[in-house]
Amino acid sequence: MAAWNAGDRKIPQGRLALVSYVSAAFVIFLLVGFWKLQVVQSGHYADLAEKNGIRSIPIIAPRGTMLDREGRVLVDSYPSFSILLERDNPKQVERNLPQIAEGLGLTLQDLQQQLDAARFEPKFLPIIIKPAATEADIAFVESHRADIAMLDLMMVQRRRYPHGNMLASAIGYVGEISPQDLEKNPDKYKPGDIVGKAGLEREYNDQLEGTDGMRRVVVNSVGKVMRTLDNVEAIPGKPIQLTIDEDLQAIAEADFDKNSKMGGLIAMDARNGEILAMVSRPTFDPNDFAVRIAPKEWAILNTDPQTPLLNRAIQAQLAPGSVFKVVEAAAMLESKAIPATYTAYCPGSATFYGHLYHCDHAHGQVDLHRALVASCDVYFYNVGKMLGIELIHQYANDLGLGERTGIDLPGEEPGLIPSEEWSERVNHHKWYAGSTISVAIGQGPITATPVQLARMIAAVASGGKLIRPHFLKDATGFKTASFPLSDDTVKQLTDAMWGVVNEPDGTTSGTVKLENVDFAGKTGTAQTESFALQAKLGKHLKENGWFIGLAPRRDPEIVVAALVQGAGWGSSVAPIVRDIVKAYYDKKNGHTPQVSTAENITPAQSTAHSLATSPTVQRP
Amino acid sequence: MKDRPRVQDFDWTLLAIVGAISAIGLLEIYSSTHASAMNGMQWKQVIWIGIGVIAMFGISRIDYHTLLDQAPVLYVIGLATLLVVLGIGHSRFGARRWVDVGGQNLQVSELMKLIIIIVLARYFAEMRTDRLTLADYAKIAVLTAIPAGLILVQPDLGTALVLIPVAVVGAFLAGIEWRHAAVGLLVVALLIPIGWNMRRHLKPYQQQRIQTFLHPEENPRGAGYQILQSEIAVGAGGFWGKGFGKGSQNQLGFVPVRYSDFILAALAEEQGFVGVCVVLLLYLGLILRLTDNAQKAKDKAGMYVVMGVTAILGFHVLVNASMVIGYMPVTGIPLPLMSYGGSSTAFVFLALGLVMNVRMRRFVN
Repeated sequence: MAAWNAGDRKIPQGRLALVSYVSAAFVIFLLVGFWKLQVVQSGHYADLAEKNGIRSIPIIAPRGTMLDREGRVLVDSYPSFSILLERDNPKQVERNLPQIAEGLGLTLQDLQQQLDAARFEPKFLPIIIKPAATEADIAFVESHRADIAMLDLMMVQRRRYPHGNMLASAIGYVGEISPQDLEKNPDKYKPGDIVGKAGLEREYNDQLEGTDGMRRVVVNSVGKVMRTLDNVEAIPGKPIQLTIDEDLQAIAEADFDKNSKMGGLIAMDARNGEILAMVSRPTFDPNDFAVRIAPKEWAILNTDPQTPLLNRAIQAQLAPGSVFKVVEAAAMLESKAIPATYTAYCPGSATFYGHLYHCDHAHGQVDLHRALVASCDVYFYNVGKMLGIELIHQYANDLGLGERTGIDLPGEEPGLIPSEEWSERVNHHKWYAGSTISVAIGQGPITATPVQLARMIAAVASGGKLIRPHFLKDATGFKTASFPLSDDTVKQLTDAMWGVVNEPDGTTSGTVKLENVDFAGKTGTAQTESFALQAKLGKHLKENGWFIGLAPRRDPEIVVAALVQGAGWGSSVAPIVRDIVKAYYDKKNGHTPQVSTAENITPAQSTAHSLATSPTVQRP
Repeated sequence: MKDRPRVQDFDWTLLAIVGAISAIGLLEIYSSTHASAMNGMQWKQVIWIGIGVIAMFGISRIDYHTLLDQAPVLYVIGLATLLVVLGIGHSRFGARRWVDVGGQNLQVSELMKLIIIIVLARYFAEMRTDRLTLADYAKIAVLTAIPAGLILVQPDLGTALVLIPVAVVGAFLAGIEWRHAAVGLLVVALLIPIGWNMRRHLKPYQQQRIQTFLHPEENPRGAGYQILQSEIAVGAGGFWGKGFGKGSQNQLGFVPVRYSDFILAALAEEQGFVGVCVVLLLYLGLILRLTDNAQKAKDKAGMYVVMGVTAILGFHVLVNASMVIGYMPVTGIPLPLMSYGGSSTAFVFLALGLVMNVRMRRFVN
């Protein structure tokens, strides 16, 4: 026996027995714990277990397409794949990362950043590492199923704008739902849902968006789908047919793209308000928004001084210039405040209230017809002075200026027609009678949008019928307001507008005449700065040019309003309108419309012409 | 009076209980893994059990007195091995605790568990009185703390803690005075809530560091997630269980390491409260049978060896089962005989070999 061993046989039986009792107590303690979970709270945990293994995978419904009036596709959707990275095996992910980056054309750094950003997300949730997979990407994933098993594909529906920036300002774009909209509609939407954010995409979002389906699947702990439980198919969004004519639209776009003009255009059917073409420049490519716009690109679009996200056809509030003389003339004839035979002598300028007001040249003795055709300012200074601001305000309002047209686009601006009441409310002083002189020729504190001017001219030419401009082909229930004008007034004004295009002393100098088309119109040239500012700058900035064209001159079928910022004279804008009217008639007569022949127009030369710097933009 | 130990003197009742637990373990390993890439795992476990049984017979042949004779040598070898592992052992799940032995990864801390049983048995057997002095407490504490510390820095908190019950149970049987025991219990009882509250005063990142230190193999949110999934599995099992191979938590892999540390959760889901009762009562039977062997040991040395084994196995069961129902944090302590794993299975059978060793020699002079 070893020295250490006393061979002691006094086994402490009592203490050993106590150990047994303590062991039994521990087992009872554990059984109570299991009893609590398995019997008392069993139902609760059974629920949790069920939710654990069942995952609902949305089946994204494609948005409805947008068609032009002849059924040609302007906007559609296509199925695309996003590439997912399963992260349940971090070591393997790390090992394969360089190969994944190379195969998908991503940088290793970018991938690492995406992984870092998701590091606090549960590991069994995969992350989207590439939202819009190319065919090569998909092939890469499929061919590496065996060795890079952590990659997976998820089908999504993406918006596609096949014509890029064509009609973009009106169409708008889609994007992930904003937190505010989500809060308003928590039952309908979930984070990450794609909704229309601007333009027609937003206006007709309810029709366009479908109802997402749902696939309930059993997944394992790493999110791998084991089997499908049930399937609720997605209901695709309804297509909408627009009143746009792709042929006219293409011609208008091409005209604006020549020399990169800045401005806007609207062409519509003057009988019912169907919009045939709408342009705004500069613009954007909605495809950039369709996947996931990079914050940097968004910032560029949003802070660009040339405001590419602005739809100038409905949002550019600018002085209408001489186009406003049509309103002035209507007020003069309808109110009978001045005899229709009124004539004035134009020596090239005139003095009112101690100020000198210019005309572009000496017109001599002019009557209303000549004054409109040659756009004599002096004649209308006098008319304005005699009418007074209240009468001008009333007729302008009745012809739809200073208020929204109700076009089916979000964000339309109302423009501004001043009045005595407006002056006191906004400027806190009485209306200066001298301001009426400027307003009489569409300058000073008066603004209008292209769509308002198009509608106004259409109303004047059709006896006062105020149509509501719209894009939706099957739109019904659009009320047309009416402001009856006498036949005589209509005849006088439309003949004058015909003269602008066709008479030798018309402001278009006969350059935009169309054979066999009863084409009429009115030019407008609006200063973008006051004479005082011109003197201060020591140079003359280019004016905004307007042309509102219509055909035929009475009860017109088509009316086109075009604005080119920094164009100089309104007469130089007329060819764009002429091209569209010509194309409209060519189509009507069974010819193929020809793409733009408009003369070159000097483009905007500096951003000083942008809306922000224009002193004629007024927001009451 | 016989003069030779015989295999017939093995505790066959004990082995029957061990066999039953092992069989249930194998079935649950099969159920947990058959539908996954790890299928066939139960056969590997059968091989481990086979090796364990052979090792058990082997170790029972060497008189435990001979083993206790060599206690200091074994202790030094054990510590040296732990140091070597820290130096060259390779890292798996972020911890250095494995060495290659003939192509198999062995966890050397398992070996240390056997050695501490023998070393402490020798220490207690050497005592001539029934009164433990402060010097005794200090020596026992140092003997236990050195290997525990080396294991702790691997880091493997679970296995480090497993060494402590051997000392505590040993000291209790060696005749710790009741008032010392009372003071000790009081101190522990006070420390637990203090420690628990201290934890809350730590900054979140500090808590996370502790968390990461305790189980580096998981991400910061992993531990809570694992315990929750385990609780869900246990609770969803209900009274009767979902049936063999039908537990969704288990089959879909929500139960973490369902074939090893959390095998009891897998079993609880599929076999219900009834299954848990059977298993826990089998373990209680195992403990009681081991204690019975201690009571019948020839000398105190034998009793300490058997009770060292009992303390470790009991502690394993208590901590593992508590973890599965969320009463204790995840510490990576497997359930003896049921959890898949070569080293731990080998340890359990070697430990049982020591028990057989003592039993066979109870009548031998």
